[in-house]
Amino acid sequence: MANDKTKASEEQIVYANILNKGMWSGLALLIITFIIYISGALPSHVPIEELSKTPPGSDVPYWSMRAHDFNQAFNIPTGWGWTALAGKGDYLNFVGIAWLAGLTILCYSAIIPILLRKKETPYVLIAIAEIAVLVLAASGILKVGGH
Amino acid sequence: MLAKTLRSPKTVLFLSIVFCLTLVAVSTFASTAESVAPPPANQDVAWWVWPLVLFVVTFVLGILAVLGGVGGGVLFVPIVGGFFPFNIDFVRGAGLLVALAGALAAGPGLLKRNLASLRLALPVALIASAAAIGGAMIGLALKPNVVNILLGATILFIVIIMATAKKSDFPNVPKPDNIAQSLGIMGIYREESIGKDVEWTVHKTPQGLLLFIVIGIMAGMFGLGAGWANVPVLNLLMGAPLKISVATSKFLLSITDTSAAWVYLNQGAVLPMIVVPSIVGIMLGSMVGVKILAKAKPKAIKWMVIGLLLFAGLRALLKGLEIWK
Repeated sequence: MANDKTKASEEQIVYANILNKGMWSGLALLIITFIIYISGALPSHVPIEELSKTPPGSDVPYWSMRAHDFNQAFNIPTGWGWTALAGKGDYLNFVGIAWLAGLTILCYSAIIPILLRKKETPYVLIAIAEIAVLVLAASGILKVGGH
Repeated sequence: MLAKTLRSPKTVLFLSIVFCLTLVAVSTFASTAESVAPPPANQDVAWWVWPLVLFVVTFVLGILAVLGGVGGGVLFVPIVGGFFPFNIDFVRGAGLLVALAGALAAGPGLLKRNLASLRLALPVALIASAAAIGGAMIGLALKPNVVNILLGATILFIVIIMATAKKSDFPNVPKPDNIAQSLGIMGIYREESIGKDVEWTVHKTPQGLLLFIVIGIMAGMFGLGAGWANVPVLNLLMGAPLKISVATSKFLLSITDTSAAWVYLNQGAVLPMIVVPSIVGIMLGSMVGVKILAKAKPKAIKWMVIGLLLFAGLRALLKGLEIWK
């Protein structure tokens, strides 16, 4: 028979529960917003039928362009600029994507109080550092050059 | 029925060849559609064709990933990048989100069953996720043909690892190293196959953490899930039991890929038209794969996956070298 030592720790259970609920809600959000997008219920910033078309002066369709060129062609803002377009069918999908990508920050934030209570100082510091890394990645401060 | 079919190595070989030929046909169609000159807008391929084909292919990849014991991302990026008309920037962004969604779906169950260990994952994830940001930034700054050459070489390296690497169910760890001891990286889990509780710890943590810098960079640069590298490092180098290594690796991807995914998202390298059909296709395929897994012959499938990766890796390499456009 399994004993108590084989059971998951409190922080592991808390992390798992948040991840579970967050993942299913994010996935549902992703599917609903995608249906809204392809049904045309909301107008898209980049018209859906344009994606596979080849623009004048180019030898590849829009979705074969580099991300940087695609963004320039449609005047798409980088970083969190997409939130201004969240009312459009295509950028509405980013809400679900950002939710899924943000879940880990939520999970880490939830286990810090438990780790503090257990006086797991090294893990508290690791969790805080991880949140800092993920917030930095999510912030949009980091810019990619080279185009 | 499908499981029965997959028991015969000859059938598996035949299916592999058919799948590869289909991908070649898809690729030829993509390049033909692009090379019609001058291409009037109204003669381009209808927008829904590629997402539909993508959904079907990712559904098959989802089945193969489960049966072959690999993550969806490692199959997704070289195959979709090599045979679909989408730019490799968008494919890598989608690949990270596909791997992320798979890891998020598997994570809760693995954590609750105490197979994925937070004590092991947290220090490793911090190193890998920070490195993945750097990898993503390097990847987006490189020219697509350079990315394809490096991606092809990496996939061929993965093929060698998959074909030759040994695994150890219960590696011998004589003594935990100082880092493992001070962080308390250890645990106990119930091993149902032998009906015993297994105590585990790790050693060679500094070497492992150094390798996770490389793994993180590669994950971010190519948009690959990094299970193919996580498991050997956790299992063979650091000495975690195989089940703990596989489960912790899967959970780790949910953290490593998150940081890289944010970089792709912020740089506008994410197209919902590619991401959503891929995530749904891979997830549905994985569910079917789990059902087939109990009856299919894993060895034959493993070689089928290795063959597919070899094919996709060569394709990426030749595409990057502009030999096979």
